Amino acid sequence: MMKRNILGLLLTVVLGGAAQAETVFVTLEKDNALAVVDPIDGKLIKTVEIGQRPRGIVISPDYQFLYVATSDDNTIKIVDAETLKEVGKLPSGDDPETFALNPAGDRLYVSNEDDSLVTVIDIADKKVVEQIKVGVEPEGITVSPDNLWVASASETTNMVHWIDVKTNAIVANTLVDPRPRALSFTADSHQLWVTSEMAGTLMILDVKTKQIIKTIKFDVQGVTPDKVQPVGVVIDKDNMRGYVALGPANRVAVINAQTFEVEKYLLVGQRVWNLAFSPDQKRLYTTNGTSNDISIIDLDSQKVTKSVGVGTYPWGVAVKP
Amino acid sequence: MMRLINCSLYVAIRFLFIVHLLSVGFVYAGAKQTINIAYFTQEQKVPPPMSNLDAFIKDKGVLGAELAIDDNNTTGQFTGQQFVLKKVIVPLDGNVVDAFNKVFGDQSPYVIVNLPAEHINSIADLPAAKQKLLFDVATIDDALRNEQCRSNVLHILPSRAMRADALAQYMMKKRWNKWFLVVGATEEDRLFAEAIRRAAKRFGMKIVEEKTWEHTYDARRTAQSDVAVFSQVDDYDVLVVADEQGRFGEYLEYRTWNARPVIGTQGLVATAWHRTHEQWGSVQIQNRFKEQAGRWMEEQDYAAYLAGRAIGEAATRTQSNEVSRLKEYMLSDAFALQGYKGNPLSFRPWDGQLRQPVLLAAARSLVAVAPVEGFLHPKTELDTLGYDQPESTCKWSK
Repeated sequence: MMKRNILGLLLTVVLGGAAQAETVFVTLEKDNALAVVDPIDGKLIKTVEIGQRPRGIVISPDYQFLYVATSDDNTIKIVDAETLKEVGKLPSGDDPETFALNPAGDRLYVSNEDDSLVTVIDIADKKVVEQIKVGVEPEGITVSPDNLWVASASETTNMVHWIDVKTNAIVANTLVDPRPRALSFTADSHQLWVTSEMAGTLMILDVKTKQIIKTIKFDVQGVTPDKVQPVGVVIDKDNMRGYVALGPANRVAVINAQTFEVEKYLLVGQRVWNLAFSPDQKRLYTTNGTSNDISIIDLDSQKVTKSVGVGTYPWGVAVKP
Repeated sequence: MMRLINCSLYVAIRFLFIVHLLSVGFVYAGAKQTINIAYFTQEQKVPPPMSNLDAFIKDKGVLGAELAIDDNNTTGQFTGQQFVLKKVIVPLDGNVVDAFNKVFGDQSPYVIVNLPAEHINSIADLPAAKQKLLFDVATIDDALRNEQCRSNVLHILPSRAMRADALAQYMMKKRWNKWFLVVGATEEDRLFAEAIRRAAKRFGMKIVEEKTWEHTYDARRTAQSDVAVFSQVDDYDVLVVADEQGRFGEYLEYRTWNARPVIGTQGLVATAWHRTHEQWGSVQIQNRFKEQAGRWMEEQDYAAYLAGRAIGEAATRTQSNEVSRLKEYMLSDAFALQGYKGNPLSFRPWDGQLRQPVLLAAARSLVAVAPVEGFLHPKTELDTLGYDQPESTCKWSK
C-alpha cells in the first residue's frame, strides 16, 4: 500500500516535471517588460526589461527565438528564448504592433498601422524585402500554414487583403464587418477566421472563394452587445474547436469548428485580447489587459483553472515547450 | 505582327485575370463610382484673446474632412469608389444661404456643414438642400435635435444634454451630490446650464446654489479677488461652470473660497475628442492627423472626420452613391462606425444624433469615459447620455 503511494508520488513528480518545461511569455505594454510564467505551477517566474511598449510577440518554429515588437522603439527585437538576451533587431518600420512569421520561420510580415503598409522582412538578412500598400490601419496579419497566403486585415478600411506569398501582391480583397482585428487560418489552410471588434462577430472565410461562408454573432448573457468586442482568435490543429477572446466582455467564446455553434463562454480576466495554445493544445492562455493577469484554460474540461498576475497591460502571448 | 499578337494575348490574359478576381473577392474592375462630398463653412472672426496660451485655430473641421476622404479613397482603391471633396468657405461678410444656393444646386448630395446653430435650419430648409444629406459638425444644441430637428440633418457632436449627463454620471460616481452651478451671461451658457439642471434631475443630484457670473472678465482683477468672494456660498461638493466661450471659467479653479473641484465647460470637461485620449487605437488617428495638420485634432475636426467616414462606410457597404440608400443604411442597425472610442458609433434613428461615448478630460489627463461603468440601459449604455427615444420631441422619422 505504502509502496504504491510512493510509486504514485514518483509518477506525479516525473510527469509534473516533464510538463514543467513549458514557459509562457507575455508582453507587458505599460511595464516595458516581458513576463515569464510557469503555467503548470501557475506562477510568475520573473519579469525582464524588453524595450518600450512591447506588444506583438511570436516564437520561432524551432522555439529558439522570440520576436517582440517594441512599438515605441520602432523595431522588432530578436530575443534568445533561453537567455532572454537581445540578439538582434529587425527593421519593422514605425510603430510595429502585430506581425506574423511564415511557416519556415525565415520571413516576417509586419503591419505598419500609421502608414497603411505591410512590410515584408527577410530575417536572415535583417532587411526589408517589400512594402505592400494595404487599407487604412492594417492590424491583424497571418500566414497560411501552406505558405500560399498572407492575410492582412485593415481596421478602418474593413477589409481582408489577400497577399500572394510568391509575388507579394494583393490579388483579392474581402469586405468584412467593421474594425476587423485578428485573423487565423485553420491548420488545413482551407478557412480563414476573422474577428470584428465593432460588430461583435466572427466571420469564417473560405480560402478558395475568398467569400464569407458564415458569420457568428456573439451574444453573452448579461453583457450589452457593444461590450462584446472580439479580438484574438485561434483554432486547434484538429479543427475541432476555435476560441475567440471577447475583449471587455471578459469572456472567451468556444466555437465548434465543424458546426460553427458557440458552445460556451468562459469567464476570464478583464479585456481579454490575445490567445495562445500550449504546445500540446491541452491548455489555452489569455492575456487580460485591464486585470493585469493571464487566465489558464484547461481545454479537456473547458474550464478556467487559474489566473496569474503578470504586470501592467499584458498584451501578447507566446509559448515555448 | 508579333507585337500585335502579344498585345491581344495580354488583353485576353488581363481580362481573364479580372474575371478571376471578380469571382474570388472584392476587386475593382471598371469605371469608378464617384461620391461627391462638400464641406461648407464660413470664415470666423478672430475673438479677442483671453490669454496667449492657445492660438486661435481658423481651420477647425476641414482637416478632419480631408483625412476622412483620404481614408475613404484608400478603401475606394479596392472597391472602385472615388470620394471627392469640394470645400466651400463663405467669406466673413458673405451670406451663407445665398452661397449655398449658388454653389450647390443639384451637385454634392452630401454636405458637411460647419456653421453656428442659427444657420443650420436656414440651410436645411432650402429647396436645394431637400434631396441632400447634411452633417452638422459644429452645433451642440439640443433644440436642433428635438423640436427643431430636420430629416435631412445628422448631428455628429454630442449635444449639451449628452455632455451634461456624462458629467453627472461621473459626479454621481464620485458622490459629488451637491452642486454649485455658476452660469455665464451668454445664451449658450444659459443652454448649458439648462442641460446641467436636466442632468441633475435625471440622476438625482442636487443643485444647492446657482449664481450668474456678473463680474469682469479680466484675469488680474477677477481671479484674485472676485472669485473668492463670489464663491462664498452654502456648502457644496463641486462647482459646475457653464461658460462655453471660456470668458471666466478658467479663473475659478484654485481660487474658490472652499477647496472644491471645478467641472463643466472648464476644469473637467465633457468632449467628443481630446488630445489626452489614447485608448482604442486613437493614438493612430491622433498621429495621422497631427502629421497632416501640424496640430492636435479638435472636436470639429473629429466630427468632420466622422461625417466623412460615415459616408464612406455607408457607400462601401451599399456599393451606392445614392442619398436615400446611404441614409437608410446609416440609420439602420447594421451601421457601425469606428470612432476610436471603444464602442461602435451609430445614429439614433429618432433624432439623427450620433451615439457615442463622451470623454471627460482634464487639461493633461483623460479622467473618465462616459457612459460611466454601472449606468445601465436595456439597449445600449450609450443611450444613457442625452435624449433617449421616449424623451425625444423630434418628429422627423415619423
